[in-house]
Amino acid sequence: MAEHAVGQPQDIPVGPTVSRGVGIWGMWTVIGSEGALFAYLLFSYFYLGAQGSQGWLLEPHPSLKYALPSTLIALFSCAFTWWGVRAVLSGRRANAVFAFSGALLLGIAFVGLEILDWQAKPYQLGTSSYASIYFVTTGLDLLHWLVGIGIFYFLILWTALGYFSARRSIVVMASALYWYFVTVIWLAIFVTFYISPYLGFGQWQ
Amino acid sequence: MTAVVAPWCLFVLPAAAQANAPLSFLTGYGDRADPVVGLTWGVLLVSIAVTIAVTALLAVALWHRPGIRPSAPGAALEVQRTAGGLRWVWIGVGASSLILLLSVAWTMQVLAKVTSPATPPALTIEVTGRQWWWQIRYLSADPSRSFTTANEIHIPAGVPVLFRLVGGDVIHSFWVPALFGKTDVIPGQTNETWLQAHAPGVYQGQCTEYCGLQHARMGFLVIAQTPAAFEDWWTHQLQSPAPAISPEALAGRSSFNVHCGSCHAVRGTDAAGILGPDLSHLMTHRTLAAGVLPNDATDLTRWISDPQALKPGSMMPKPEVSAAELAQIHSYMDTLD
Amino acid sequence: MAVTDYQRIVTVTQAKPALAEKLRRIWETPAGFGGWISTVDHKQIGIRYIITAFAFLIAGGVEALVFRLQLAGPNLHLLTPEQYDQLFTMHGMTMIFLYAGPVLSGFSNYLWPLLLGARDMALPRLNALSYWIYLCAGIFLYIAFAFGFGPNDGWFNYVPVAARAYDGGPNIDFYSLGMILLGLSTTVGSINFVVTFLRLRAPGMSINRVPILAWGTLTASAANIFAIPAVSLAFLLLWMDRNAGTHFFDVPTGGQPLLWQHLFWMFGHPWVYAIVLPAMGMVSDGLPVFCRRPLVGYTPVALATVATMVLGFGVWVHHMFATGLPSVSLSFFSAASIIIAVPSAVGVFAWIATIWHGRPVYRTPFLFFSSMILLFVIGGVSGFMTASVPVDWQLTDTYFVVAHIHYVLIGINVFSVVGGIYFWFPKFTGRMLDERLGKLNFWVMFIGFNLAFLPMHLTGLLGMPRRVYTYGAYGGWGPLNLITTLGSFLFAFGLLLLLVNVLKSRKSGDPAGANPWDAYSLEWAVPSPPPPYNFAVIPTVASRHPLWEGRLGEGGLVSTIDRGMLLTEGKQTIGTTAVDAVPDIVLQMAEDSYAPFWLATGTSILFVALLFKSMTVGIIGIVVAALALIAWLWPTAELREREPTGG
Repeated sequence: MAEHAVGQPQDIPVGPTVSRGVGIWGMWTVIGSEGALFAYLLFSYFYLGAQGSQGWLLEPHPSLKYALPSTLIALFSCAFTWWGVRAVLSGRRANAVFAFSGALLLGIAFVGLEILDWQAKPYQLGTSSYASIYFVTTGLDLLHWLVGIGIFYFLILWTALGYFSARRSIVVMASALYWYFVTVIWLAIFVTFYISPYLGFGQWQ
Repeated sequence: MTAVVAPWCLFVLPAAAQANAPLSFLTGYGDRADPVVGLTWGVLLVSIAVTIAVTALLAVALWHRPGIRPSAPGAALEVQRTAGGLRWVWIGVGASSLILLLSVAWTMQVLAKVTSPATPPALTIEVTGRQWWWQIRYLSADPSRSFTTANEIHIPAGVPVLFRLVGGDVIHSFWVPALFGKTDVIPGQTNETWLQAHAPGVYQGQCTEYCGLQHARMGFLVIAQTPAAFEDWWTHQLQSPAPAISPEALAGRSSFNVHCGSCHAVRGTDAAGILGPDLSHLMTHRTLAAGVLPNDATDLTRWISDPQALKPGSMMPKPEVSAAELAQIHSYMDTLD
Repeated sequence: MAVTDYQRIVTVTQAKPALAEKLRRIWETPAGFGGWISTVDHKQIGIRYIITAFAFLIAGGVEALVFRLQLAGPNLHLLTPEQYDQLFTMHGMTMIFLYAGPVLSGFSNYLWPLLLGARDMALPRLNALSYWIYLCAGIFLYIAFAFGFGPNDGWFNYVPVAARAYDGGPNIDFYSLGMILLGLSTTVGSINFVVTFLRLRAPGMSINRVPILAWGTLTASAANIFAIPAVSLAFLLLWMDRNAGTHFFDVPTGGQPLLWQHLFWMFGHPWVYAIVLPAMGMVSDGLPVFCRRPLVGYTPVALATVATMVLGFGVWVHHMFATGLPSVSLSFFSAASIIIAVPSAVGVFAWIATIWHGRPVYRTPFLFFSSMILLFVIGGVSGFMTASVPVDWQLTDTYFVVAHIHYVLIGINVFSVVGGIYFWFPKFTGRMLDERLGKLNFWVMFIGFNLAFLPMHLTGLLGMPRRVYTYGAYGGWGPLNLITTLGSFLFAFGLLLLLVNVLKSRKSGDPAGANPWDAYSLEWAVPSPPPPYNFAVIPTVASRHPLWEGRLGEGGLVSTIDRGMLLTEGKQTIGTTAVDAVPDIVLQMAEDSYAPFWLATGTSILFVALLFKSMTVGIIGIVVAALALIAWLWPTAELREREPTGG
């Protein structure tokens, strides 16, 4: 009755560690699913544009007045998030709370700028297919940012309550992962809606 | 009995089978259909052969060794692994892959062949799908030779005819199985297809994309004629129908213009509606209401007195006329030759 | 172990009877209504999925029988066009979404931890959530039908006929919102399967020892994660066109009807593989038991499963061949659609070889599993025919395609599932199904099914279009349709026999014992029905067929089942590495919880609010869902998600 060697484990962790645990895999699969959603939204944009006729692009040169600062704010918020994670892992609770709060505020600023961008548009949701895909894509993105803001609200609360440490930090890792993901999605949207017209997409009819 | 006999007819008596099953595509009656019929039979026979082969293999696999009868649940039964099984997989997959690759090659060849006709199309016909009938426009370089009709398409036999499929309301699909496969009619785009009948004949068509309540009853006819007969037909279509003479028909014409003219058109009269089929030469048509009824006196009366009873949900409302007025309208319509 | 334990060496011990009682107290869901709502036991959830899916199978089947009566002859008047349109749409939607996927989820949910040597699925509360949302979505969709507003534009619901302008009632709004809700269920369920496969296998169950059912469900789940967003988006865009004034699909303002078809089929094609690959896995795992030898070609079959799914993402346009696409596009998708048959051939020949090189045991599960091979091939070749573009231009939208889809869906999914019921019912209940009734069940289903659907190929070749509420006598389709109707009733009677067998045998079937089939996988090592904790100690696996190792005479290491890691400090199981299954973490599993139920309820309330455009109801739904979600995600020390005390 030979026993397989791996049946005798060495010292192994109990419960999720920094990034080992089922929760992180869960977050990755959520990212896969939501990422796919945005991939299909961008596909829809490119399809509508490619099939569209002259003048489909309501803004041949979309204004970057709000979008560019938004992008920079998103990137900065990721930096704050990263800093917060490092602070948790090195046991500096106050720094972590500060950093995550910074990310949260930047996230709120992002949402604010997006709404200002929406209000500045000369078209509405029901104007045309271009307008519809623009508002629905950025709207769903906004929804994901709002969820991220909600997550970070609780993250700050839980960090302040001393829940997390170098060993018990999976919630922090998963939340940070979500925040990075939402930023990547914004970058994809930014390039698609705001940059690609300058590169000629939708203008060849 | 018919179900048993009919399939064999398809193998042996194409013409007879065609009469039995006018929407069958196991026989082709047009230049564009011919290569596809060959390919269809080819993949069908390959499929049947593969099915028979797998059935045979399965049968031998099951019965070439005696089975085991367990005495009771949980009884231990012999277990053994003999070698050589994997060979099956490689041979089977290899043979299948070969058949599949050959099929890809044949498919590409046929696809290339049926893309364009051998000679440029002699004629362009514009077809618009409507819920639940077909608007047909014959186009000509000379605008005075263009005209509109519905549900019955005439083409000259022996030459390619181009069809421009214009999307109207919802997605329909334009299909004349005897002459070629189907092409969808999609709002916002114009698809093109071409057909070429070998010989004069009547070829059945059918909408084949679910388009609402009366999708089932959205048929049409493609009638191929000799070029001479086709020219005559075209000339006739351009003419206004002969004016009504009898008092009955004249009264009917006024009623028609009032009750029907807002949707239907008759060349040379005040009826100029475009919501429904053009009825200028209705009496030359073989069917009514996109293939729902044969075009005879009884059925015409049935149709115009209560379309909703025969094609519930269709866009033609029940006309609010007395029976006498209806008879007058019918008399008028009898003159639409 | 105390919640302050971060690290330990886990005791390895022999299983003893006293252990069973301790584990039972830890793992068992208390009886009663509260337990029923809050359970996260994968076995209970699996059974619920199967029963609910069968309820929908019966509903969808009855819908089909009703319209088969209407189609039994030309020009019949049993149904109005409106009634017919709702019936055929509900039938397709029910079978494809509410039966075919969930029934396989049910089997996988029940069996995976047992097959993989674990104590539960990776995310037990997520498991419960996926079931509750499924139930809510099914009810949501059927309430529409009950009130006469059932979806009525076919299960693939093309625009513009499904747009507000052409379908003004709430039918399509019900469909759109219901499908988005259902998509949430399928997505979270899929997430659970992927994570479980990667992290919860028993030590030693390296990736080349995983049962093919697990490969099938893993592949389907990974695919679903990427495919479902396409259909959810499609329905969201449709709902917005219908209710929010957007213009995604309507032409005058730049919308594209074909955008719907692309998004729908980018989901739809992977989905049809997702609803057959786990079933094929059931056959790959079950057939060898009745051939008394391991599966021939395990590795090719596992790889072919994955290859089929990957290729399945690249063929969606074959549903759109007639839409007027450019030749290049048509050629590519036609070739891909033909080539995708290659990995399917791997499975077929592996199964045939297993039978050929084995010794058949003629029990009911074997009849279903082996007949499935033939039905699979018939469905496969008709699919091959439609893959060829010029031929498809004739075949598409005729009854030939209907024949094809029923051979693949009933042949692969239903026959495997029914075989699976005969195979695993003893494990679920501790009783055998009646063998004589089982054989009768098989023959009635097999004959009925083929009588109904084999002639349908000819019906299609003779040009009968799909989705017609009636047809004229001129087509020559009358006798064939009558045969199909008769066959469908016979097939339904066969399913009734299954139901009778299940109900009868629950009470009076022969006692089964742990391993009535003398099978080889881990689930047969535990009692029937299994205890709530599955395994008293964690097994160690040394091959693909742990219970047959000694008897094949092939030497090598042997799996150990009655001696292994003792994990009894609360609900625990072992987490192992993804490829080699080396233990690397002790996982603390979630307790029974009301949060999944309330999250499902809140979400469903939100969807009802969207249907009726009620802000108040929507806010109630969001609040309920948010509170449930916060309660669920609040880090606890018991689950080791945070430090034990505040500080």
